[in-house]
Amino acid sequence: MMISAAGAVLVLAAALTFAGLRNSIVYFVAPSELAQKAHPGQRIRLGGLVLPGSLHRDANGVTSFAVTDGGAQVNVRYEGLLPDLFREGQGVVAEGTWSPGQAFTAERVLAKHDERYMPREVVEALRRRGEWKGPQ
Amino acid sequence: MISEIGAFALCLTFAMSLAQGALGFATSQHASRAAALTALAQCVAVACLIAFVSLVAAYVRSDFSVAVVANNSHTDKPLIYKIAAAWGNHEGSMLLWCFVSSVFGAVLASARGGQSAGLWSKAVGVQGLVTAGALAYTLFLSNPFARLDPAPMQGAGLNPLLQDPALAAHPPMLYLGYVGMSVPFSLALAALIEGRADQAWAKALRPWTLAAWTCLTVGIALGSYWAYYELGWGGWWFWDPVENASFMPWLAACALVHSAIVTERRGSLASWTILLAIMGFGFALLGTFLVRSGVLTSVHAFAVDPRRGIAVLILLGLALGAGFGLYGWRAPKLSRAAGFGAVSRESMLVWNNFGLAVAAGVVLIGTLYPLIVEAVGGGLISVGPPFFNMTVAPLLGLLFVLLPVGPMLTWRIGDMRSVLVRLAPAAALGAGTLIATLALTHWRVAPAIGVAIGVWLIAGGFTYLWTRARRGEGRTLAKIVALPLAVWSMSIAHIGAGVLVIGAISETAFRAERAVALAPGQGVDFADRRITLLTMADVDGPNYEATRAILRIDHEGETVQLNTERRFYSTSPMPTTEVGILTGLDGDLYVALGEPIRNGGGAWGLRLYHNPMVQFIFGGALMMAIGGVLSLVALARRRKASP
Repeated sequence: MMISAAGAVLVLAAALTFAGLRNSIVYFVAPSELAQKAHPGQRIRLGGLVLPGSLHRDANGVTSFAVTDGGAQVNVRYEGLLPDLFREGQGVVAEGTWSPGQAFTAERVLAKHDERYMPREVVEALRRRGEWKGPQ
Repeated sequence: MISEIGAFALCLTFAMSLAQGALGFATSQHASRAAALTALAQCVAVACLIAFVSLVAAYVRSDFSVAVVANNSHTDKPLIYKIAAAWGNHEGSMLLWCFVSSVFGAVLASARGGQSAGLWSKAVGVQGLVTAGALAYTLFLSNPFARLDPAPMQGAGLNPLLQDPALAAHPPMLYLGYVGMSVPFSLALAALIEGRADQAWAKALRPWTLAAWTCLTVGIALGSYWAYYELGWGGWWFWDPVENASFMPWLAACALVHSAIVTERRGSLASWTILLAIMGFGFALLGTFLVRSGVLTSVHAFAVDPRRGIAVLILLGLALGAGFGLYGWRAPKLSRAAGFGAVSRESMLVWNNFGLAVAAGVVLIGTLYPLIVEAVGGGLISVGPPFFNMTVAPLLGLLFVLLPVGPMLTWRIGDMRSVLVRLAPAAALGAGTLIATLALTHWRVAPAIGVAIGVWLIAGGFTYLWTRARRGEGRTLAKIVALPLAVWSMSIAHIGAGVLVIGAISETAFRAERAVALAPGQGVDFADRRITLLTMADVDGPNYEATRAILRIDHEGETVQLNTERRFYSTSPMPTTEVGILTGLDGDLYVALGEPIRNGGGAWGLRLYHNPMVQFIFGGALMMAIGGVLSLVALARRRKASP
């Protein structure tokens, strides 16, 4: 009896895990791959460098900035407080959705605690474009 | 000079800990050899203490010829944070790891208790090898005493976000917990080598497991609390890989705390307890690997060196290889103990362990899945909080539904019907909460179930106290106070779990959040409150300059003032946010100052949060930790009474 109950719980856990992994994985996309790789409305992580001079805030608390990987640039809209370490010219990861012809709508913006740090995905994206200047 | 003493002491510690390992395995039954082993383990701890004190001294004296001091300290820093900076970075934290491990080895060697000589000496030996492994890593890949030539005039400073009392205490507590899991690991390996895991062995295991679990609880809660009030994101848990890295050993330690009780009291589950002890330490090492290697993108940032990640992975492989290898070889030889019925306290504790182990496995899968996908060429992905919320929450929910039943059942064969009758009022209270929450929240089913489970846990905890007190003669209320400490400690921890569940569910499901732009004199309505920006002020702190927003909060006829700041530290190019928190009966009002709005007529960005019941989260965690400490006191008293 106990073994069958334990089996049922395991099956439940496996089903939840499987369904969870199908529904909540978020792909990382660089700005120049956005058009080919991202489906409209799909939740993705956009990573790159914040384009210098692109940061604007309007009176409603909406922030907009552009993310670039040296190839393409994508405009991002974000309603919220940017992390303390967000800076123009530095690495950033924005999580949200995108549709062709519109700005990327971010629900979360990640910049790191440490000013010396660069998100690994951003390094990867820049390396692919040949824009990476840091250590191998 | 001091750092040369430290470096020398560190080398000496390494050599002596290797000797501790060798002597632990070689010791015969001679009393003189055992005394030598104890003395050696104590010498290892003293030598490591000298190394650790040397490093702290280098920080206190701001000796910038030492590389880690130059990189992480600054003469302007308050003394307490100069000291805390000693373990606030990679090299120093590894030295702390070694120091804690050596001290635990010495305590293990000094307090033999009722263990057999062979088992005891082998446990001390394995602990010596664990210390030696950590020391090898520290000495060869992250030497904290490396010099800089020429020495800089001023240090690079510590990240100002990290200058905080909760964060000064957070790493040492976590490390006490992580390294604390190494002692059950050593005891488990010793038991496998000796081919014996009896009740005396489990008795030796329990205090270590409890202490490690308590330290992990406090460490995780402190980190969560710090993230809540310091980062300005309004959240307390993000399912970040580094958070998961501490949550997995916590789940394993929690399971081990419970299975060790069964092994000590009834002699059963010995083999599973050993396996859990091995896995718990594996999770602790995996946590160190995930944090230190930088293989996963995390909100936590640490300097990344791939060689270090590989070295930790090798140590992890050695520990788990030795552990699982010995387990596969020797565990079948362990004697089987008395069985138990499907309805008994043992069976409920098995369910507890099953649930916690499956939850740890699910967290492990979610944390490592991005690495696996990337390794097979599936691209870069991340697994977000929804995955963990939808998998871990139902599993722990099931576990919590069973929790109040467990302590009410008797050992071996329990009577489920009478237990359910006694728990009926608690269940009714839970059901009432469910209906009330459903009605109040317009049928939000999942959070309502969560809150109801929390109430069921709390009511169940009190029911247990009540039932225990009703035994025998006399007035029940008077007897509740006089109940054994072991009963109280367990009930406090379980009630704390209920409090935490209520807080976590309420905060996650019913949080309100809004970004606004306000100029001085303007106001906004938020969460039944009127929030007005009175004025902006410039403030000078000890080593920073700040812009402060002074807000007026009007709520139910009362007026309070609340401040939030943006601080610019002279040592850091990045401003930091100092949030303002107003704790009320219905939760926290939480405000974080943003940046000035360009062309906004003097308006500033502000982020407002209302976090219902968020203090229940930290209060519940505190109750669980208090339960752990009281339980340790109860174990110590019992040991004194019957050595």
